[in-house]
Amino acid sequence: MSILVLAEHDNSSLKLDSAKVVSAAAAIGGDVHVLVVGSQCDAVAKAAASLSGVSKVLLADNAVYSAHLADNIAKLVVELAGSYSHILAPASSMGKDTLPRVAALLDVAQLSEVVKVMDANTFVRPIYAGNALATVQSLDDKKVLTVRASAFDAVSEGGSAAIESVAVAITSTTAFVSQELSVSERPELGNAGIIVSGGRGMGSGENFALLEKLADKLGAAVGASRAAVDAGFVPNDLQVGQTGKIVAPNLYIAVGISGAIQHLAGMKDSKVIVAINKDPEAPIFQVADYALEADLFEAVPKLIDLL
Amino acid sequence: MKILVPVKRVVDANVKVRVKADNTNVDTANLKMALNPFCEIAVEEAVRLKEAGHATEIVVVSIGSKAVQEQMRTAMALGADRGIHVEADDELPALSIAKLLKAVQDKEQASLILLGKQSIDGDNNQTGQMLAALMDAPQATFASKVVVDGNALTVTREVDGGLQTLKLPLPAVVTTDLRLNEPRYAKLPDIMKAKKKPLDTLTVDALGVTLKAHQKLLSVNAPAARQAGIKVASVEELVEKLKNDAKVI
Repeated sequence: MSILVLAEHDNSSLKLDSAKVVSAAAAIGGDVHVLVVGSQCDAVAKAAASLSGVSKVLLADNAVYSAHLADNIAKLVVELAGSYSHILAPASSMGKDTLPRVAALLDVAQLSEVVKVMDANTFVRPIYAGNALATVQSLDDKKVLTVRASAFDAVSEGGSAAIESVAVAITSTTAFVSQELSVSERPELGNAGIIVSGGRGMGSGENFALLEKLADKLGAAVGASRAAVDAGFVPNDLQVGQTGKIVAPNLYIAVGISGAIQHLAGMKDSKVIVAINKDPEAPIFQVADYALEADLFEAVPKLIDLL
Repeated sequence: MKILVPVKRVVDANVKVRVKADNTNVDTANLKMALNPFCEIAVEEAVRLKEAGHATEIVVVSIGSKAVQEQMRTAMALGADRGIHVEADDELPALSIAKLLKAVQDKEQASLILLGKQSIDGDNNQTGQMLAALMDAPQATFASKVVVDGNALTVTREVDGGLQTLKLPLPAVVTTDLRLNEPRYAKLPDIMKAKKKPLDTLTVDALGVTLKAHQKLLSVNAPAARQAGIKVASVEELVEKLKNDAKVI
């Protein structure tokens, strides 16, 4: 039994999510192969080969894969699927976009956002915005799963798997037009040890500078609630929640966030949660380890000074 | 062009569900039900495309027990022209839903299929992608902007790290993200008119689809409750606790 892991990368570097999915694959048990699909991504394949527990890296390096489009990558994965019992990808925008196509082409169901591996056929996944955990047994001969990276620890480096080229090139019917990526010096939201998040209570986009200052003091990433994104304070890729990013840092500081069900779905597995809010009734206080009832415009500057 | 909009009946987004005492599933009896918020956005986008002169007809489709007709009427009150109800089990896996939708699409031959990116009950985020695969059609998931461009669509997608824009030929499948639009409210006269719009009911057999069991739900459990936290009186106390008790900074 072998397991295929679809690597998450941007053609130049392998994302830490991939190492976390390899750890989920290791929990299933079996030979773990990593598939790197992209364009000019030698460095990514080398990084994947160095992950411990990986026995082989398949590299499909072709210009047709440069934009990581779902339709052709799914067909490629299906071409390779014959010898694998499990196909895994992180529940990132790439994994969520591509893997259901793979599953449908293989005529198997998919399990999304798996947080725990019980055995090779049985997995745990959250439903209803994380308010319930379903234990599901797959009856399909091949298991296709996306893995919630925040629920697994990354495997270490130190492996030296062989890299094998895959020559299949499948063109996409979709054309890539452009992309606009947010540029940030701060750690990536999904992998940050500390996250400082702001909500509607921040009042304006300018006031987020205050949180950025706090984040820089802590070496933290900046996140936001849907209210802050919808109000245009920050771009949507900072959204933490059921429909944004799911995070589980060591420390999550929620500032001016009420704590709606959909926001909690994205952060309630954080190790320590701090809430700063002036409303004593805010639901965020029910999940906070440390609750400070205060005006954030007084508390945050003071916090910056004390750190 | 014709737009097909699959919609789902789900527990209202503001309701916090509880797990049944016997851990067989969540308890959804007597809870307020609603149109899945992402489906509402899909209906709104279809209606806007019709208002802009790009679409000629909007067909809403839902799969489940008879109760789903309530949400289909909501979609019709928002502007969908007619409905197709596929009578089936309420808890089908996404692949079975996608197969049924494919059968409906084979009859309807819509140019665009607009779906929500995920339903807020199962949180699967699979149906649109699976349908696109079965149709061998292009897909644009997590759309925040859709522009009709002759026989193609230009779609801006919300991806990790920012936005990505793709151009896809029709017929295509697009799944909606939160920021695509702000759905309108149904007006009373429209709700009345919606009751008269055509709604056909089909069975799984009539669609000629054979469904198989893919998964078995073994149990549903409540997530581990967090330990009660403490209230701190000042910023100084907070920093002290984080440094010495929690040791996270």
